Amino acid sequence: MKTVVMIGAGQASLSCAAKLRAKGFDGEIILIGDEPKLPYQRPPLSKAYLLGKVEAERLLLRPQSWYEQQQIRLVTATKVMRIDRNNKAVELSDGRVQPYDALVLATGSAARNLPQSMTRSMSGIHTIRDLNDIENLRPELDVARHMVVIGGGYIGLEMAAVAKGLGLEVDVIEAAPNILGRVASKETADYILELHQDQGVTFRVGEQVKELSGDGKIESVVLGNGEAIPTDIVVAGIGAMPRVELAEQAGLEVANGILVNAFGQTSDPDIYAIGDCACYRLQTGDVRLESVGNAIDTGELVAGNILGEEMMYEPKPWFWSDQFDMKLQIAGQISTQDRITVRDVEGEGRSHWYHRDGQLVAVDALNAPRAYLIGRKMVLNGLSPTGEQLANCNQSLKEIFDSL
Amino acid sequence: MTKITFVQPSGVEATVEATSGLSLMEAALHNGVEGILAECNGAAACATCHVVLPKAVYDRLDAPEDHEEDMLDFTEAERQPCSRLSCQVRVSDDMDGMVVHIPGE
Repeated sequence: MKTVVMIGAGQASLSCAAKLRAKGFDGEIILIGDEPKLPYQRPPLSKAYLLGKVEAERLLLRPQSWYEQQQIRLVTATKVMRIDRNNKAVELSDGRVQPYDALVLATGSAARNLPQSMTRSMSGIHTIRDLNDIENLRPELDVARHMVVIGGGYIGLEMAAVAKGLGLEVDVIEAAPNILGRVASKETADYILELHQDQGVTFRVGEQVKELSGDGKIESVVLGNGEAIPTDIVVAGIGAMPRVELAEQAGLEVANGILVNAFGQTSDPDIYAIGDCACYRLQTGDVRLESVGNAIDTGELVAGNILGEEMMYEPKPWFWSDQFDMKLQIAGQISTQDRITVRDVEGEGRSHWYHRDGQLVAVDALNAPRAYLIGRKMVLNGLSPTGEQLANCNQSLKEIFDSL
Repeated sequence: MTKITFVQPSGVEATVEATSGLSLMEAALHNGVEGILAECNGAAACATCHVVLPKAVYDRLDAPEDHEEDMLDFTEAERQPCSRLSCQVRVSDDMDGMVVHIPGE
């Protein structure tokens, strides 16, 4: 193994590259990214960074000097046009051809856009995915008085919280009957809904957007019921799609993401996929997670496997979101049939615990860091307190943990 | 530049040049110090950047906020009297020469 090339320069490929070096790989590592920046963190974009609490410098995952020190070559502002599997090389937008021994696809995911027939290229309509999106939004945010968020998912809700914090009037429109419909329980969603409502965010839940109205610039959002909400800015947070185009062109198998086996290998054993773009086909079913934790886990897994470790992927989902003064931390993954236990203890915060077939599978911690860390330990180690134990406010989580 | 030495659970040491104003976690990551995972990149969400400070430095700093305080109680490696999440500690000039321990699991 001489040369490892990674397409995409974000959290996943950074973690993979760092792990390769940490494990003693001394061949060439090349990260190719289409953005002009050094690899940076995306989570703060819709949170602290937009509020001006984090400087651009501090978004960087590593400074320039680190790449030099680790002898990791970064090729920025460059697209990969094609993967040539026969010759084991990638063709770059500047005409160069870069050979590889192992290729890692870390292409990420792209924000789903509202249909062009609806936006008609009007200004004032945004999606949030990369730094450029934020730089476009920020000047508008400075002068705007009203924001409409389309989609009540995490990005939409984080944007709503930021905009409200900046003093804007904010409406969130969600087509489904509940916000966070596909990603959180009804109890967690309701708690977050209430938090936003207490801060003055207005919700239109179960409402379709019929039309975006304006002349060159967005002026109002018209709902299915005919109501028109005047606004200066629209942010669409309607999901993300794995970036699979290059893989598809190269004839690799694609499902909901670039299909890989438990080792992270695509249908071409010299090509791997990690992070948001990768769909891991496991015995228990397909897993594709969009999170920093998963980008790190799969990046590090594949680093080991490139070096012949043959480690299998075990998803350890965890996630966090900051909204107003609330930090939501989630460990594990819920499904709709899970039995929920609510624990609300003075001084400990509120937490929602999920059991499936009698086994603890997930915890949502709402300003409850102890519950998150203890819950994560329990879930990862297969420890399972009963719902009754967890609901007992007279017992601390530490006591419950120690009793298992 | 402030010189800070990180000591691994194995006893292996690495001395790095840290920029004042950045967090201790960033100083470690930027210089390739092993053992500080910082999975959430400084959002105080993951507790994977646990370090133990010298007592004199610990005492000089503002006490951890409630959220960090709670996270520290359940880090992978057990909390010690001068434990902090390194993402919440800002490097300052007066930390020059400081020795920080990364606790083992």
